[in-house]
Amino acid sequence: MENKLKDELKDIPVHHEHHEMLPVWFFIGVLLLVYGVIILYVGISEYSHPAPVVLAKYHASVWGGIFLVIIGGFYTLRFWPRARRR
Amino acid sequence: MIFSTSMLASWLANTDRLISLKPADLLIIVLYFIMVLGIGFYLKKFANTSDDFFMAGRDMSAWVAGLSFLSANLGALELMGWAAAAYQYGILATHFYWIAAFPSMVFLGLVMMPFYYISNTHSVPGYLQLRYGEATRALSGISFAFMTVLMSGINMYAMALVMKVVLGWNIHFSIWVSSLTVAIYVTLGGLYSAIFNEVLQFFLIWFGALTIPVIGMIEAGGWSGLVAKIHERVQGDYVHLWSPLGTFSGNPMGVHWTGILFGLGGVIAFGYWTTDFLVVQRAMAAKDLRSAKMAPIIASYFKMIVPLIVILPGLLALAVLPFKLVPESAVGPGLHSYNEVLPLMLARYCGPGLLGLGVTALIAGFMSGMAGNVSAFATVWTYDIYQPYIHKRGTDKHYLLVGRWCTILGVIASIGTAYLVTHFKSIMDYMQALVSFFIAPLFATVILGMLWKRATAKGGFWGLLAGTVSSVAMYTVVVLNPAALRYIALSPDAKPMAENLYRALWSWIICVLVTVVVSLFTQAKTESQLKGLVYGFTNIPSDGNLPFYKRPIFWGGGVAVVFGVLQYIFW
Repeated sequence: MENKLKDELKDIPVHHEHHEMLPVWFFIGVLLLVYGVIILYVGISEYSHPAPVVLAKYHASVWGGIFLVIIGGFYTLRFWPRARRR
Repeated sequence: MIFSTSMLASWLANTDRLISLKPADLLIIVLYFIMVLGIGFYLKKFANTSDDFFMAGRDMSAWVAGLSFLSANLGALELMGWAAAAYQYGILATHFYWIAAFPSMVFLGLVMMPFYYISNTHSVPGYLQLRYGEATRALSGISFAFMTVLMSGINMYAMALVMKVVLGWNIHFSIWVSSLTVAIYVTLGGLYSAIFNEVLQFFLIWFGALTIPVIGMIEAGGWSGLVAKIHERVQGDYVHLWSPLGTFSGNPMGVHWTGILFGLGGVIAFGYWTTDFLVVQRAMAAKDLRSAKMAPIIASYFKMIVPLIVILPGLLALAVLPFKLVPESAVGPGLHSYNEVLPLMLARYCGPGLLGLGVTALIAGFMSGMAGNVSAFATVWTYDIYQPYIHKRGTDKHYLLVGRWCTILGVIASIGTAYLVTHFKSIMDYMQALVSFFIAPLFATVILGMLWKRATAKGGFWGLLAGTVSSVAMYTVVVLNPAALRYIALSPDAKPMAENLYRALWSWIICVLVTVVVSLFTQAKTESQLKGLVYGFTNIPSDGNLPFYKRPIFWGGGVAVVFGVLQYIFW
């Protein structure tokens, strides 16, 4: 498992003469995580009086927020700089 | 932050708008701008040489290069224009995703990319210089620089239009804020920055737009419900790909299957995906040949599912919107144009937060298209115009500086173009016209150069010139006399979209004929001069030592299978 992880990581980050660049996946993870938290917060706070959109009863903001938190959280943790240096 | 974004909202907005943003939406948009600028500042320290700035150090993995390859294409027209086209023409618009993804993108990966990569050139015009000489490079470099600036202007205009219609923002404010942001992050980090932001934008576009098909299909009652509702509301076949294409008059697009198959699939798609440096540059930035070959193949899978967030919203609008949309020219009080399909559907399904993400997806799409054009412009201008013709013996630092200034120059020229575009009735026709002017003949020149050893420098130059001039001439003739369309598209029932497809096809054929004839009467290059440039004289490393699941041809075959299944389902 650890070897597989190492192989995948080897394929993703970009190496440079003087610095090691953070992978793009880390930036994506952070932004999606923050977006997920915001959207989930809005969805929960408006749960009892949702915005007047079509099919508001499905609470798309709550589900969308949870989805983004999971995806964003996964990418953030998976490509967190300290984890990659180990 | 919430307070300041509220202030910004009240300052920017006016009452004449489609959507009202809440503070959470605005916060999401502001965070997006902070992130893309932050990435630009972070990556500046890595762009120390011209190779870093223009080619991202040729260090990208296949996935990064592949997603960036596709994202550079997910600009204004993809998001807004094709959703509008789906409302107008139905599922026929999907041809521009499926037959455009296969076989052209796979062909680029498997056949053409090795020549681009092995020749170690910096650009498509650079390859033409090696294969045909300076004159062809100059012609293609100048026409490409011209085209990228125009296309970048289209992106900018489209974004400003969306912001105006959707949010009530001032059109000048939108143009200047978005273009300055792109100018800052591309000037700082070069292609590194453009690629990183394109991959980020790819995710935002997907997650921002995904609410529409998910909730929309629930509202429509699934695919069968959607089809039934469309049949109730409009006449004609809007839900089949090929069966209505037997005649020009039998489908809403006014095209014939020969135009789709040969004009779109055979020329426009091949021309765009294999010779437009805007996208090819992303694959050339890959870290090795296998990654460069895999990049367009990975992109082609995602290209084939883009209709979920672009075409499906157009079809859903046709089925569920309680009012009819009209052409741009017919918009009046209380009426909405085709181009407003995507924002209208966002407003229909997305509450606060998701709406901000959806609007961010639109902004991201526009900015990725703009950044792609500007970074490609800077590369071609520096390597193919400035270096060979203006300042031959500069240091690497000098060309790096020139690249940064070219980025700013490209943005300024794009802003000028954005204001120019406001005079054109249809963004789509404008884009198609540009593609057939430059891209279709260029594809003929490049493919003959790669596959036919007898093609000569004079043949390449005169063929490219004849193809481009003939395309502009055909376009001009139809503008001056619309009745001439029947001769170009081969039918009195043909509509403007058919003209674009056939004009591209004719200009490609003219380019091939002129190149072949002139080449046969002029001096061919020697075998040693063609080494690394032409099929038969190039040693292309084999993928045979790789396990089958790592071979580009295996994944290219997978694209063919997916393509075939989709055509069968929606025939």
